Amino acid sequence: MRTIKEINAKIKKGEVVVVTAEEIIDLVKKKGAKKAAQEVDVVTTGTFGPMCSSGTFFNIGHSKPRIKLGGGSCKLNDVPAYCGFAAVDIYLGATAIPDDDPRNKVFPGEFKYGGGHVIQEIVAGRDVRLEATAYGTDCYPRKKLETYINMKDLNEAVLFNIRNCYQNYNVAVNLSDKIIYTYMGALKPKLGNANYCSAGQLSPLLKDPYYKTIGIGTKIFLGGGIGFVAWQGTQHNPTVKRKDNGVPQAPAGTIAVIGDLKQMKPEWLVGTSMLGYGVTLTVGIGVPIPILDEEVVKYAAIRDEEIYTQIVDYSQAYPQMIPGSLGEVNYSQLKSGKIIVQGKEVSTGNLSSYSKAREIAEELKSWIKKGDFLLTEPVAALPGAESGYTFKPLKERPIV
Amino acid sequence: MVSKRIVLHFPHRLVDQPIVCKLVKEYDLQFNILKAYVTPQEEGLMVLELTGKEENFNQGIEYLQSCGVKIQPLSQDVIRNEIKCTDCGVCVPICPTGALVVDLLTRKVHFYDNKCIACELCVKICPTRAMEVHF
Repeated sequence: MRTIKEINAKIKKGEVVVVTAEEIIDLVKKKGAKKAAQEVDVVTTGTFGPMCSSGTFFNIGHSKPRIKLGGGSCKLNDVPAYCGFAAVDIYLGATAIPDDDPRNKVFPGEFKYGGGHVIQEIVAGRDVRLEATAYGTDCYPRKKLETYINMKDLNEAVLFNIRNCYQNYNVAVNLSDKIIYTYMGALKPKLGNANYCSAGQLSPLLKDPYYKTIGIGTKIFLGGGIGFVAWQGTQHNPTVKRKDNGVPQAPAGTIAVIGDLKQMKPEWLVGTSMLGYGVTLTVGIGVPIPILDEEVVKYAAIRDEEIYTQIVDYSQAYPQMIPGSLGEVNYSQLKSGKIIVQGKEVSTGNLSSYSKAREIAEELKSWIKKGDFLLTEPVAALPGAESGYTFKPLKERPIV
Repeated sequence: MVSKRIVLHFPHRLVDQPIVCKLVKEYDLQFNILKAYVTPQEEGLMVLELTGKEENFNQGIEYLQSCGVKIQPLSQDVIRNEIKCTDCGVCVPICPTGALVVDLLTRKVHFYDNKCIACELCVKICPTRAMEVHF
């Protein structure tokens, strides 16, 4: 029906028709998929949830005299960063915490400050304290460095998240008789609450369930700036069971994303603390879906009530790797605020902000409409539902 | 009849004296203790729901103040930092009184501070720590 090249020509002429992943639902309902596919060029998606496999590369520039951080140690606002690279490249992970953080020694630990918070401070343009030690070489003699760094002075600041944007996710509950603290939030005993984490009908990979348009090289909204899909994300699991509409019924596809941190904004990269669990980063991602044909628009118009996910016990089943589900619910039920689990009415809470996901889809829509954001052709496909690509558990072997 | 939720701050010199019981005996008021921290040698804090005739209520409050108890309305206790809140909604099922509610249309989280009993359960579980305690 249309190509990405044709869509880009329309964007440049200011004639492109863009709607969000929510708006396309009503449009397809009203006019049918065929008509909607003729009228709409792009559907924008969005998601804003905690994504632990996030982090940033920095090149801090060479000091005088020179120092080689590779093989040494490095901290940003007391949070350890990885520096096992060349002289002045470092990587700060979202879940890193200061060595003197009490962690879970006083349970549940509060995890007030860590990598995610440092990243948000750097994006906000604040000075961050760098302390590094090195062993010293003939060409890099310096052994100690203490200074403030600021994003504007860094050579490169790159957000690189190895796994984000989960295509669907579990609903977490607690069957035990005491409260538990998880990455899915605090779960009250005996099915006291049910927490989920997805933007559902706005979430990028749920609106392109077979990765027909989203692939390696797809240009995206990332943290308020521009980024790209770099690879399939870790734990990419496209072969899970799917409903007839193609939507996976459990956590499935993921993407690795990369982008220039200097363009990003602190409101879309938010340092996050999970009580009793740790620190992470909440990341705003928006992916455009080019409406290449009627099939793509049918998928893009999938509604919350057609997206099902599994209810998992996080007191036993999840930590002990015991497979099984306590039942299946759809996102319309989850968003109503109450679901039924084992005959009991349970209140639901979302870790992923739907209102922010909506803002991201709107923001990306406005970028495309204004001509500020052209679409890219993926350079390679993500491993698909028939690829045989799976997510394997660890096989432990005794060390002899 | 009036019924109000108030926060009482007891200076440490008053912590070992019976004060609140006089609200019942002398002023015919009913109280429901929502929260209390009383530690010897430190300032005490008590959150009460106080109910009674308006005249008695006002006299009771005057009595407390004359003893040196500082009083503030409860709504100042837990507040939401609107800049930090991302409207995720993970606090909603944790709140025991329904003070945190998702608007089904906007999907934003409303905080009804008149329903808040300052139990502070939301404070530490908020992923961006947007719920703040102010005394």
